[in-house]
Amino acid sequence: MKSLGSIRRSFSPWTDPAAKPYIVFENVTKKFGDFTAVNNLSLTIYEREFFALLGASGCGKSTLLRMLAGFDEPTSGRILLDGQDMRGIPPYRRPVNMMFQSYALFPHMSVEQNIAFGLKQEGMPKADIDKRVADMLKLVKLEQFAKRKPHQLSGGQRQRVALARSVAKRPKVLLLDEPLGALDKKLREETQFELMDLQQNLGLTFVVVTHDQEEAMTMADRIAILDKGQVMQVATPAEVYEAPVSRFVAGFVGNVNMLEGTVAERSEKTATIKGASGAEIRVENAGDATAGSTVAFAIRPEKIKVSSKKPDGAANVMEGEIYDLAYLGDMTVYHVRLADGQVVKASALNSSRITEDPLSWNDKAWISFAPDAGVVLTR
Amino acid sequence: MAETTLATTPSASQEAVPQQGTWLAALTGRLVIIIPYAWLLILFLVPFLIVFKISLSQTAIAMPPYSPTFDLAGGISGLWESFREFSFDNYLWLTEDPLYFNAYVSSVVIAAISTFFALLIGFPIAYGMARAPATVRPLLLMLVILPFWTSFLIRVYAWIGILKPEGLLNQFLIWTGLIDQPLIILNTHSAIFIGIVYSYLPFMVLPLYSALEKMDYSLIEAAQDLGCPPISAFWKITFPLAMPGIVAGCLLVFIPATGEFVIPDLLGGSQTLMIGKTLWNEFFSNRDWPVSSAVAVILLLMLVVPMMFFQQAQAKAQEQGR
Ligand SMILES: Nc1ncnc2c1ncn2[C@@H]1O[C@H](COP(=O)(O)OP(=O)(O)OP(=O)(O)O)[C@@H](O)[C@H]1O
Ligand SMILES: [Mg+2]
Repeated sequence: MKSLGSIRRSFSPWTDPAAKPYIVFENVTKKFGDFTAVNNLSLTIYEREFFALLGASGCGKSTLLRMLAGFDEPTSGRILLDGQDMRGIPPYRRPVNMMFQSYALFPHMSVEQNIAFGLKQEGMPKADIDKRVADMLKLVKLEQFAKRKPHQLSGGQRQRVALARSVAKRPKVLLLDEPLGALDKKLREETQFELMDLQQNLGLTFVVVTHDQEEAMTMADRIAILDKGQVMQVATPAEVYEAPVSRFVAGFVGNVNMLEGTVAERSEKTATIKGASGAEIRVENAGDATAGSTVAFAIRPEKIKVSSKKPDGAANVMEGEIYDLAYLGDMTVYHVRLADGQVVKASALNSSRITEDPLSWNDKAWISFAPDAGVVLTR
Repeated sequence: MAETTLATTPSASQEAVPQQGTWLAALTGRLVIIIPYAWLLILFLVPFLIVFKISLSQTAIAMPPYSPTFDLAGGISGLWESFREFSFDNYLWLTEDPLYFNAYVSSVVIAAISTFFALLIGFPIAYGMARAPATVRPLLLMLVILPFWTSFLIRVYAWIGILKPEGLLNQFLIWTGLIDQPLIILNTHSAIFIGIVYSYLPFMVLPLYSALEKMDYSLIEAAQDLGCPPISAFWKITFPLAMPGIVAGCLLVFIPATGEFVIPDLLGGSQTLMIGKTLWNEFFSNRDWPVSSAVAVILLLMLVVPMMFFQQAQAKAQEQGR
């Protein structure tokens, strides 16, 4: 496989066996009564890493952060921070700060006082506190709101105060629970980049919870995909997208077509997958799929080409008709119904203003893709 | 003048005409505001004015035992005659006899000390209730209110049985060997404190509970997360946020405790001087309605004026917060 490393910067301690992990979850389980919120989970996070926890609502993301911050103790398993077992260490003695999903702003304090709270606790000199608070207010663009109380702010403004308050102390590890959820698109994108800058410049370790996959892909060095309290995959954004390890991960991140079938032929590298209707797909990188096993071939819409004439020379070609199409400006998404009835999504970038052979509803169309355009999933 | 009136009339009538619905809504809106004011007017201000009027009168051997009484038969001039008889003599009298001053001061001191203890005991109770699982909170709340189902008087009498030298408390303490002589609690200030704290504790606990229950526990977590140990987090977060409850609870205990009559009379013995008892004596033993009315008016002013200042200060503080 070609390298799918971190694009953003050359930072990949997880590939270095000698690198010492900074945060370690070791077989951590957390139960609330009978309910298992986190299930025998192991994770390693490295110093200065921007790590994202991605998962559906209720999969245990906040619970993980709360255990790291010290509000909940694991039912079993260990959490190590910089080599030290964190069990029994109260939250106020951990070098970890958390931005709460509910913000948890102090309602009786102004924005300024909220941000200064942790700094005062540290015993920082007044002049330094004022300077730091001013910096933080600038970062989150709330300079004019310094004297307001939380109840006089909008949801997005509150979220930014919560962010500023947690960043102000410049903790070794910053835990952010849905830090940008309430912001509008533009502000969210700006703040994403500011967070990344901040993290790089101060050399902090960030653990960010989000259920916005785009946000996770933009910011994180690595992403952990969680489901029902378990880790499904931990990898760089590119790996998660291009080389998902399971149907769940492939389906969770981005759009995907899942073509189910059985492995008809298997050589060292290539394989042929036979669908229910008899259509065959030739693939490379078949991974650990053994002959005869049921697998899914997962392919992203943008890797499928749609044409009105049968293309020559393509490894995989399938015939169908245009079932639906959506013109999105920058691209067009085609829903093509194949002979066996399955609908495949394909997207085409509208790189020129006028297309030569425009496809329309119910037109006959061919889809084609390269043998390495998708991945074979056994799980 | 006439011109302006004429000019404004049409537009004014235009404004007044609009649909009946809004007019009705405006009226009901107004009514809703009027109800509490009417309540205050009828049940507070009018009785207060009657008491105030009596306090300006003189004692008389008559029924009612003061003069002048308004006699509408005398017409306007008769009323005017009555008015001219009013004087502030009774208030002067209050300043001349130190008994009243001492009674006021000792009432306030006793009420303040009792309020402090009620807060000290009530806070942990309210805190525990607010932090209890949501399913048991209604039960706890009921337990706090439960004593109200028994007559107040009976409960205070019961304390005599507990506190008297051969009472339950002393028997118990002697039985455990902690003391060999019975403690004298009944007919002392301590008994009054115990009685007031016991009787008014629910008034302290309920507002505290409602303030604490509203508080989001994640605020404490946030404070701890920012490096604040639990005790310090209590003073910096819990305490200020419970302040409205603390103020309400303290006022609800302090105000009735200041004028309390039954508890000092039953538990405090004859030595204790409290304004409620003084008032009772003036009214029933001396049958001096005017002086007892003056005592009541002063007591009211003593409590209302500081409260008004306090409220104003609070309103200002809130405004500054904005
Ligand atoms: N104190 C608690 N008592 C009982 N169950 C809890 C408690 N806290 C969390 N849970 C349960 O644990 C599961 C995981 O909760 P968690 O808050 O970690 O979810 P999440 O991944 O952060 O979800 P979201 O994206 O909605 O914030 C949920 O099903 C939740 O109901
Ligand atoms: Mg959450």
